[in-house]
Amino acid sequence: MTETPAETEVSPVDYAKAPINASLSPEDQVRMLKDMIRIRRFETTALSHYQQGKIGGFLHLYNGQEAIAVGAVSLMGDNDHIITAYRDHGHALAVGMNMNECMAELFGKATGCSKGKGGSMHFFAPDKNYWGGHGIVAGQTPLGLGLAYGLKYKGLKGAALCFLGDGAVNQGCFYESLNMAALFDLPVIYIIENNGYSMGTSLERSSSIDKCLAQRAEAFCIDWVQAKGEDLYEVRAVIQEAITRAHEASKPTVIEFDTYRYYGHSVADSRWKGGYRTAEEVEKHKRDHDPIQILKKRLVGAKLLSEEQYEAIDAEVKTETNEAVKFANESPFPTEASIFEDVYFEVDRQTEAGRTGRHFFND
Amino acid sequence: MPLITYREALNQAFAEEIERDPNVVLIGEEVAQYDGAYKVTEGLWKKFGDKRVVDTPISEAAFIGMGVGASMLGLRPVMELMFWSFAGVAYDQIINNAGQVRYMSGGLINCPIVIRGPANGGTSVGATHSHTPENWLAAIPGLKVVSAATAYDAKGLMKTAIRDNDPVMFMENTLLYGEQYEVPEEEYVIPLGVADIKREGTDISFIGHGRAILTALKAAEILASEHNINAEVVDLRSIRPLDEEAILNSVRKTHRVVLVDENKPFCGVSAQVSSMIMEKAFDDLDAPVGRVCSLDAPAIYSPPVEKLQLPTVERILAKALSIL
Repeated sequence: MTETPAETEVSPVDYAKAPINASLSPEDQVRMLKDMIRIRRFETTALSHYQQGKIGGFLHLYNGQEAIAVGAVSLMGDNDHIITAYRDHGHALAVGMNMNECMAELFGKATGCSKGKGGSMHFFAPDKNYWGGHGIVAGQTPLGLGLAYGLKYKGLKGAALCFLGDGAVNQGCFYESLNMAALFDLPVIYIIENNGYSMGTSLERSSSIDKCLAQRAEAFCIDWVQAKGEDLYEVRAVIQEAITRAHEASKPTVIEFDTYRYYGHSVADSRWKGGYRTAEEVEKHKRDHDPIQILKKRLVGAKLLSEEQYEAIDAEVKTETNEAVKFANESPFPTEASIFEDVYFEVDRQTEAGRTGRHFFND
Repeated sequence: MPLITYREALNQAFAEEIERDPNVVLIGEEVAQYDGAYKVTEGLWKKFGDKRVVDTPISEAAFIGMGVGASMLGLRPVMELMFWSFAGVAYDQIINNAGQVRYMSGGLINCPIVIRGPANGGTSVGATHSHTPENWLAAIPGLKVVSAATAYDAKGLMKTAIRDNDPVMFMENTLLYGEQYEVPEEEYVIPLGVADIKREGTDISFIGHGRAILTALKAAEILASEHNINAEVVDLRSIRPLDEEAILNSVRKTHRVVLVDENKPFCGVSAQVSSMIMEKAFDDLDAPVGRVCSLDAPAIYSPPVEKLQLPTVERILAKALSIL
């Protein structure tokens, strides 16, 4: 007779006590909570303006996954770089892009972070070591490899944190990248944000696995770990270990975080609740596994934060978000002439190469 | 001037640029220890070592993407595709990442990469290995496309391509690697977007790029000796950017044009050039623009028949005589 293991929500390890977390100041911890709240409010605000017709195309919301981007970015040093897929607003705000430029980009405005040329899936801030924002599933995984290659080539002690979803793990270029990461000893950290669904297809219906997705790294002799993505401290402890491996040994790691998205694959996904997953499942995650509530509870419990302070932070974020919408609304659209800017470096700079020969063929 | 092969000319370009710029790195399948599948990189690994000349596994999507990512950080990777026909498995990395990242980031990110390799038919390796993708790639704003017909051009254009700050797709040709030309010992570069008049003429213009230019030159000699017709041969060298003025000047001079193109005719490079001539030099034309392209079917294996599928001297002559 098999004994049923007792179900427990208590993690066997208290990651708050991990050295990387124990050394955090109260201010740092509250700031990270605020960063998560900022992402959530930004996303929810974007959704309502999408519904009002202010935003075109796709909109992939990060609600429910905030601890992963904020935790990862909080560990980055000067030579650590980050790149992700199309669910990229959370990572963008976490690295320090401001809400104005992000909201304006969604509104298709010239003041947007990509001058209105990229849209929701294509936020970039190379000055903050943030390399996008990529629309093709797993297309960013070789780029992350290249960032790590560049770091190693230049002799810099850094890491490339390359995020991907659970749907991206079944693309070939990801495995080619894993092979090369191991073969070349590159300091790349692949972070799988497993939210359970590749668009409308559940993990069970999309991936043949034994224990988990990250385990596939074993085939390439790469260290891997599976962890919960709802606890900021766990996220930080797990990624820090990988960063140390990248910095000290120039070795790759594959990390898989279990997480959950509260909305659909994108706003165009009409079956996200009651279709391929039940409303109860969504509500259960919001109730029991919400990364913001988990961190808030910890901070309040440790008396680092009061309810009043939390409300004040939330109000401050609400103001910031409203101002971003105002900024986006009042900003101009790009000019028609700007269609031909930012295509070629040499043309933009009007170098000799940019003035030689015909680059565009409109007439 | 010394006579060297097209292969040696490229090799010299790589060696000179590796020595000139510490960010230049050659990456690809068999480029290092094997000396290159076509020996284009012969001796470079021995001379410059593991850091500057790097072998990869057979993973075009990953290593081309790796080069793109590294270029975003400031490296100048020169990536070899053993055949440009293999671009298919790396197409997302080439067109979406190399080709679009500057635009989609509003100009924040540059991609100074060169992707190079042979792009030709005529070697009896079947349809999958015989593509000429310059038209596929030139159709992507953000990419630049270069095609060299001679050793002199190959060296000068390659050095410019490596120094260029945009992604440059460089088309070589296995049938030309062993061809010898005069190449000066002193350093030179050839700007992208400047065509070269390979033969001055007055009666008809043959315009094209790559190996088709050499076929056109042979046809021009026959026209001169057997028909007393003086053909001009214009080598585009660079497809995007394109030297529109050189094309139109030649048309205004000769009033008759045959476009020669190893691309297939449908949406081939010559289709774009033809449209340009029609719009901008219509009144200068004394005859319809003619085109001689690869015959419009997948590349056939059978060696003698494949030779007929590419533009031949005979087809160029027939087309020229039909509009003279």
